[in-house]
Amino acid sequence: MKILVCVSNVPDTTTKITFTDNNTQFNTNGVQFILNPYDEIALARAIELTDGGKGTVTVINVGEANTEATIRKALAIGATDAVRINAKPHDAWYVAYQIAQYVKSNPFDLILTGRESIDYNGSKVAGMLGELLDLPSVSIIKKLDAADTEATVEREIEGGKEVLTIPYPFVAGTAEGVAEPKIPNMRGIMSARTKPLTVVEPVEVKTFSEIISYETPAPRGQVKLIPADDTAKLVELLHTEARVI
Amino acid sequence: MSVLIYAENTGGKFKKSVFEAVSYARAIADQNNTSLTAVSIGNVDAAELASLGKYGANKVLNVSGDKLKDFVNQAYASVIAEAAKKEGSAVVVLSNTFSGRGLAPRVGVKLDAGVADGAVALPVQDGGSFKIKKTAFSGKAFAIVDLTSAIKVIALVPNSYKVVETGGTAQVEDFSVETKASDFKAMIKEIVRSTDKVSLPDAEIVVSGGRGLKGPENWGMIEELAELLGAATACSKPVSDAGWRPHSEHVGQTGIAVSPNLYIAVGISGAIQHLAGVSSSKVIVVINKDPEAPFFKVADYGIVGDAFEVLPKLIAAVKEYKASA
Repeated sequence: MKILVCVSNVPDTTTKITFTDNNTQFNTNGVQFILNPYDEIALARAIELTDGGKGTVTVINVGEANTEATIRKALAIGATDAVRINAKPHDAWYVAYQIAQYVKSNPFDLILTGRESIDYNGSKVAGMLGELLDLPSVSIIKKLDAADTEATVEREIEGGKEVLTIPYPFVAGTAEGVAEPKIPNMRGIMSARTKPLTVVEPVEVKTFSEIISYETPAPRGQVKLIPADDTAKLVELLHTEARVI
Repeated sequence: MSVLIYAENTGGKFKKSVFEAVSYARAIADQNNTSLTAVSIGNVDAAELASLGKYGANKVLNVSGDKLKDFVNQAYASVIAEAAKKEGSAVVVLSNTFSGRGLAPRVGVKLDAGVADGAVALPVQDGGSFKIKKTAFSGKAFAIVDLTSAIKVIALVPNSYKVVETGGTAQVEDFSVETKASDFKAMIKEIVRSTDKVSLPDAEIVVSGGRGLKGPENWGMIEELAELLGAATACSKPVSDAGWRPHSEHVGQTGIAVSPNLYIAVGISGAIQHLAGVSSSKVIVVINKDPEAPFFKVADYGIVGDAFEVLPKLIAAVKEYKASA
């Protein structure tokens, strides 16, 4: 099975988010970038599915040269090879379009993305890829079992779950539960240096959205502490002051 | 132009998040002095469909039949896009639910439309720009996105816009769309719905537990409090990682982001990744025995105390409040 895993390069989860240039630019100063945690889940499942010579895992990233450390990490974890589309990712549409163009000339049986990226929290790339390639897509899956001609996936729905069977090829966005992220071992780290990483130039594409500025959430007021033995006071405040119960 | 809202049903009924989305779409229609059409897919009865008029829908397109009775991402996206074309809609609104998040990108591509998912406020339209505030960095910030395409698709976060009753009425019309066989490649085998539980992403109150609960056997207290309050239950990442609770309850940066009216965190210290997923909650209550827990810095109300002593008292206090209400 040939699996493609789409990966993003995102700020580490512990990053304190700040902005510059009058809140129009994300401040990358001192920020460590990592492989998007949901993409790590997709990668881990892809490696499990192809374990023992049952296929290949290609990782693809739309990014400039500075994302190569993240791509090498994916290779160290166990991807077979990698592709970097040499462009600054403008938005989900731009990323999906570039990947779709690549896939049209390099088909895969299964395309995985993380359910969302932790920077812009869109869960759009899987659905957009599905539409651009005329393939089924499931945006947020919790489980993925692969058989020869089709896979069974579990998707979360409001207040429950849905089980689906989907013939290959298809696109899925993975969430927690699909696999445990893998930690690269020394052999993986060494071999990652020599695994193929192909750089592809982007195609022209119109853009549909532009980030104009950023805002940070309004600061909250001081916490009102209530004595541990006066829970009735808390209930009263939630009813009369906060008006939430 | 007009505005189109996709009214997602759960077992034939519309939930509050749909009424929020209709109210939101009505406000956009009013901004542009245009009409609002809702499209419903699946088997929903006439009275339920007509109820969308109360929140400002002028017309409801009803797509029913066995083939489309359950959610099929590709087919539903085709129907919504066709409804938008029929109505000449310049703005399409969906709820940012599990299904909505799968639909919005496909509808966007079909309509050559920019997509703003995670929207939390009405668009600001000014001299041709169409600016939408959306969540970013998992709740640590918001991004203001200008959708520059002719048609715009917006997925609205549940609990981020109020339900507004206009008292209007909607005309319900049957609508059919020719679906392609390739739209039905994904086959639904089973739907398991726990009807007795409040769904986490659109819950108005969430009661959440962390490692301070010491083990899964102690979750009865969290569940009891949640049931009394009509709340959903949730947990922190270490709890789902340890297998005490399912991943679907994990709230935070790498779990579900929630924005309830009330978030009660018990035995959760408040790591930056957890705070990211809950920071848009309107009111936060923190119960933790460590007075230095970072969660107290973002809480509205706090109790410094052991969960095992505080929770039973809080449950008793809520019972008393409910008995006297």
